Amino acid sequence: MTDAVLDRVPRRRVRISRKALPYLLSLPALLACIGILIPFFTAVAYSLQRYRLSQPWARKWNWGENYLNFLSDPSFWNTLQVSMTYAFLTVGIELLLGLGIALLLQRRTRFNNFVSIMLLMPLMTAPALASLMWKLMTNPGFGILSYFATLIGIEDFRWASDPSTAMLTVVLVDVWVYTPFIMILLLAGLRSLPRQPFEAAALDGVPRLFVFWRITLPMLTPFLLTATLFRMIESIQQFDIIYAMTQGGPGDKLTVFQVEAYLNFFQSTNVGRSAALLMILWVITYLLSNIFVKNWLRLREKQRGAI
Amino acid sequence: MITISPIERILRGIAITLVILFFMFPIFWIFLMSFQTNETILRVPPSIVFEPTMSNYSALITGKLETNAGLLEFEFMRNLWNSFFLSVSSVAVGLLLGVPAAYAFARLKFRGSEDIAFTLLSFRFAPPLLVLLPLTIYFQQIGLANTYVGLIWVYQLIVLPLILWIVRGYFEDIPADVEHAYRIAGHSWAATFRKIALPLAGPGIAAAGLLAFIFAWNNFIFALVLASADKQPVTVGALAFVTASGIQYGQIAAAIVLSITPTLLLALYAQRYLVEGLSLGAVKG
Repeated sequence: MTDAVLDRVPRRRVRISRKALPYLLSLPALLACIGILIPFFTAVAYSLQRYRLSQPWARKWNWGENYLNFLSDPSFWNTLQVSMTYAFLTVGIELLLGLGIALLLQRRTRFNNFVSIMLLMPLMTAPALASLMWKLMTNPGFGILSYFATLIGIEDFRWASDPSTAMLTVVLVDVWVYTPFIMILLLAGLRSLPRQPFEAAALDGVPRLFVFWRITLPMLTPFLLTATLFRMIESIQQFDIIYAMTQGGPGDKLTVFQVEAYLNFFQSTNVGRSAALLMILWVITYLLSNIFVKNWLRLREKQRGAI
Repeated sequence: MITISPIERILRGIAITLVILFFMFPIFWIFLMSFQTNETILRVPPSIVFEPTMSNYSALITGKLETNAGLLEFEFMRNLWNSFFLSVSSVAVGLLLGVPAAYAFARLKFRGSEDIAFTLLSFRFAPPLLVLLPLTIYFQQIGLANTYVGLIWVYQLIVLPLILWIVRGYFEDIPADVEHAYRIAGHSWAATFRKIALPLAGPGIAAAGLLAFIFAWNNFIFALVLASADKQPVTVGALAFVTASGIQYGQIAAAIVLSITPTLLLALYAQRYLVEGLSLGAVKG
């Protein structure tokens, strides 16, 4: 009874606001984000200023100077190089490993499904905490991995505290956390492929390596591309794993973009340089995310089109 | 069916074993460590045989840590509570804001809808520090520095795009005819949304909520920049805890176990939806 009454009232109101309705529905979400857009433009402004928190009186517009300084600043080139190395190493290893595991688990057996669920656990561990876990395991005093290293004859392997192996250590943590991400996307992709081409190839006795290169891989490309770009965007922005492990050290061995920007802001209180660094990172991720979104949309439509 | 030779079967078995070892061992090892005293942790060679102790956990729960320098008060339970409170509130706010918007984007195509949807998505990909650093200064000016409200607001950066794009997919999967039929029967738009669309997309909304919870819980950088000790979640708290407790490794391990258990359990529970969620609704599991 109450329903009948309630339903009659809003009916008239809806007709009035029909055009405005979708805007009204999405407006709250949008408003919440405007509070996030404003600081974005503030950051753009900071990047064009000489601005140190320690010398607020000397704050002034210096336009492109922060960016120009980067050209002759070895620590900027170090940041760029470290970030790129980290991104390419992690995504490359994760892609190969993730594809390999997805192929191993491709068949829908109970065991395979169970393993693929178990493998999600690292991905669900907070990256900062994953870093702490590996820190405990690579402790030179009692770390189990340091012990394993001595077992295979490597004495005094210092993992993240040694400049020559610090990158290797954080890449290892990243691989541990994020390989399951690529694995699970590719597994979903592999299992969604149509069966006919594979059955036809098996009937004709086509060698399996040939099937992999000529059928599986090309059909898997949209999934590979989406997973790679997604990880690339995140990896070049990595902060949690590196900060929790070494805070960018030893020295400047691991000062990737966000870590360097964080240290610039909070330690050297150089807001201008920090903002300019982040703007450059933003441009890189913006370009990557545009390519990503195109692929992602195509994949999304294709997957939904099946219904 | 493809036949597999015995040699290949053995090789596959070895490969799978290595994979499971690599990905499961750290969790297993830290779990063991959390039940050990410092003495058994520091044994060389390490061994998995030891007498389990609950002392690490009881120290964390009471907030009184034993260190070399004596007793130290550290409210790790407060960090756990903060994680819980921040994640639950962010997801609640995210659902409240995101579900109606997702419906608008899925059903009521309107001018600029795709642009707005993509703007919201692009927040997912921008470097978080770019927004966080100016925010530290703004938050101090408007009194939101080190408040739950400020943090929950910023958490929308990760929660909203996730909810919006997953739930949108679920709304798109509902045949429009069902809603049309209900509308033609004389029901208002609001009633249709409440009685038809919401229940049908229910599982998707729940899945998006669970995933958003996991992402909020695992976030580190927002609270590192914006919160001080009393508002920090476990991810940041654990790092401070390592510094505070020094060489009490068992306690550190126990803190890590307490911090990662909620998300691992949730992930097991929600695993059916993980593929879809992780790909922001692009790939179905």
